[in-house]
Amino acid sequence: MSSEQEQLETLEALFSSQRLGVLSTQRDGRPHATLVAFASTDDLREIIIATTRATRKFSNLSKNPEVALLVDSRTNAPADVREAVAVTANGVAGEVRPEETGRLKTLYLDKHPYLREFLRSPSCAVIRISVKSYTIVRRFQTVTELRVRE
Amino acid sequence: MSSFVRISEVKPGDRDRIGGKGYALAVMARRGIAVPAALCIDLGVYRQFLSATGIDSLILFELGRKRFEDMRWEEIWDTSLRIRNLFLTTPLPDSLRDSLRGVIESEFARKAVVVRSSAPGEDSSRVSFAGLHDSFVNVRGADRIIEYIRLVWASLWSDRALLYRREIGLDVEGSAMAVVVQEIVEGERSGVAFTRNPLEDSQAVIEAVFGLNQGLVDGTVEPDRWILDRQSGRIITHREPPHEKAVFPAPGGTVLGEIPPGWRGRPPLDSVEVGRVYELARYCEEIFGAPQDVEWTLRGDRLFALQSRPITTAKSYGGDDARPWYLSLRRSFENLKLLRSKIEGEILPAMERDADALSGTDVSQLSDRELADELERRSSTRDRWTKAYWDHCIPFAHGMRLFGEFYNDVIRPENPYEFMDYLSGSGMISLRRNALLDEMASLIRNDRNLEMTLREGVTPPAGDAFTDRFDRFIREFGDITMSFTGSHAGDAGKKLLRLILEMAHRPVGRVRRRDERELAEEFLSRFEGPGRPFAAEMLELGRASYRLRDDDNIYLQRIEAQFERARAEALRRLEVRGVKNAGSLDVPEVVKALKDPGYVPSGKTEPSLKAPAGPFEVRSRQIVGQPASPGIVTGPARVVRAFEELFDFVAGEILVCDALEPEMTFVIPLALGIIERRGGMLIHGAIIAREYGIPCVTGVPEAVARIQTGDRVTVDGYLGIVVIDRSD
Repeated sequence: MSSEQEQLETLEALFSSQRLGVLSTQRDGRPHATLVAFASTDDLREIIIATTRATRKFSNLSKNPEVALLVDSRTNAPADVREAVAVTANGVAGEVRPEETGRLKTLYLDKHPYLREFLRSPSCAVIRISVKSYTIVRRFQTVTELRVRE
Repeated sequence: MSSFVRISEVKPGDRDRIGGKGYALAVMARRGIAVPAALCIDLGVYRQFLSATGIDSLILFELGRKRFEDMRWEEIWDTSLRIRNLFLTTPLPDSLRDSLRGVIESEFARKAVVVRSSAPGEDSSRVSFAGLHDSFVNVRGADRIIEYIRLVWASLWSDRALLYRREIGLDVEGSAMAVVVQEIVEGERSGVAFTRNPLEDSQAVIEAVFGLNQGLVDGTVEPDRWILDRQSGRIITHREPPHEKAVFPAPGGTVLGEIPPGWRGRPPLDSVEVGRVYELARYCEEIFGAPQDVEWTLRGDRLFALQSRPITTAKSYGGDDARPWYLSLRRSFENLKLLRSKIEGEILPAMERDADALSGTDVSQLSDRELADELERRSSTRDRWTKAYWDHCIPFAHGMRLFGEFYNDVIRPENPYEFMDYLSGSGMISLRRNALLDEMASLIRNDRNLEMTLREGVTPPAGDAFTDRFDRFIREFGDITMSFTGSHAGDAGKKLLRLILEMAHRPVGRVRRRDERELAEEFLSRFEGPGRPFAAEMLELGRASYRLRDDDNIYLQRIEAQFERARAEALRRLEVRGVKNAGSLDVPEVVKALKDPGYVPSGKTEPSLKAPAGPFEVRSRQIVGQPASPGIVTGPARVVRAFEELFDFVAGEILVCDALEPEMTFVIPLALGIIERRGGMLIHGAIIAREYGIPCVTGVPEAVARIQTGDRVTVDGYLGIVVIDRSD
């Protein structure tokens, strides 16, 4: 039940079935949560999001790169207490360097082809979250942590 | 379309809403079989009750706590009890109560009825397990009948049904329960008929008892049994037990009593009547197109069919399937009373005699050949008592559960475990053992000199209050406490001393105890009239079950300890002789090696299976178990994997273990909290933890693998949650 393999499979299934997640950033100790479209690398060590540079989340994470992203499978049904899975990724966010954008943009657009125009805009930044750990919540309150080995 | 439909008015399309049992009765009535008048209460009423009260989401929540695969039967029973209590304590919406009351009054007035479950799918040819859901016999009056309808609804989620959830298609969102309210037929002779013998296809079986069928169904009355040739209906054999007891209707239920003199001296059926019953059963088989299990009763000369269902049994699905065994643990009140007298009157005294006899032999003085014989003797003694323990002692533990259900039915407490308060304080051996440890700890606490002497490893001379108690402890409980440490008496004594000093070092928890008699009075004051003696018997049975559940283990451990002692001596000698890994050898190998000095067996080493480290490290942060003793505490964990590690326990730690057996519970007073993999409210660790008021969570999957000694853990005994905080 707690094997690494099983947990990773849960993550993969969730990340491929869900398109949006809730990104938390902060400024001066005040939290800020926003809904974002995300994609994840195969090794689950990186998560990609995109935002325009004028947003509050962009200015927040530029000042404090420690962020959390919540992805879950709730369906707004009573069975959620038993079946929904919620995963919080904790990590460090930063704008992707130009030489890497190609690979990560492809990854992102494979999942969100409708964002092609958005990504092409000079005002849009591609952000990578380097994941330090995942917290997986199942059955309402069974909580497991996955930490990236250094 | 009304939610209520008479058996005589059931239409072909009604099957899905009135369930298998009700529908089968309607079909039989239509085909001319005498069946009692009955009213079906369809699934819609169940659903209406659940959605109007919000119980539906509570059930979802309850069943979603943990994966079923991670739950033992005891936990499933606990879950089922909590759900049952929801049904019992949640009031029916007024409009629903009024319409139920109206229809029941007009159908049955003051007539006595049987309230039966009729789940869809149940009794279909696909699956039909007798006894997964509940039925109640001899209920009278609309309000009482409604109470039992609730219990039948609740039994949709019985422990048995949850165990067989896959086979019966029990589905948390979709399942519902219909009910059949059937006029009671007070037959003088009753029984069951199987048109095909489950053990032999060419035969049929008819069983009969005097009085009502309940005696046969729950196993308290042994039936007459006829084996028939399935083809011709010819009687092949008739087994006739002594005819002594029968179950009769009694106010509010049934009672087991003596057979009236007029019925004695002959079997319940003569051969012509056996033929009639068989004919009825075969007719049912013809109607339903499959071999049937028919429940019948004879009132005067009139033969009634009470229910008919296809023959299938809760069979075992492969060697690992323990469910038929769990089902067999549900015992009736009468059966439990018999078990108790057998355990207290025969089994425990004989175990004690055997343990004493074995301890009279000092194994270190025996020759190798004598030791081999002694080891075999002890091994077979241990096996014999282990079997007796499983056959009699474990089933008797059901007495607590039976009392719990009885208590909840009558008292309707908010907390479904309130009944436990009335069971405690019944003088368990393990509590006497702990009290003695506590006395020694107090002596040390009040005497600096004593403490200093003991810290140097010296005990005061005989006659000293401490030494007297210490010697008494070794005499009474030493066997079980010491022999598993594999150490010699002297070392074991030191370990025990360290533990007592540890207990003295910190003020230890005290058993919070209310007077046993006062509690009994409080309980019995809620009963009046004829129900009172039965309630008193129930309480007595529950208390005996609670006490013996712990005590019988301790008796068995005394035998076990004698075996371990001989085995340890044998292994020591083999190791001296150069046998490697002697600990892994089984008894016959050890015996062979002892008898033949030329034989050098080779023990096995356990291959270590360690998965290679992947890119992530997995840690459990929060694990859900079962709340087993209320309270919330946070402290350092001490993971105990082997018995001797208990002696390293430091006051104020949180004890984490796989299964806490009664011989291990002496350490509980030192613990801040308890976490156990094995689950349930009624397991040893939980019982002792509640006695001391120490928070406890049981049923924590893989507890010893996921928690490490030194982790900071929180035990939430209110909600059954463990939180792990590991510093890096």
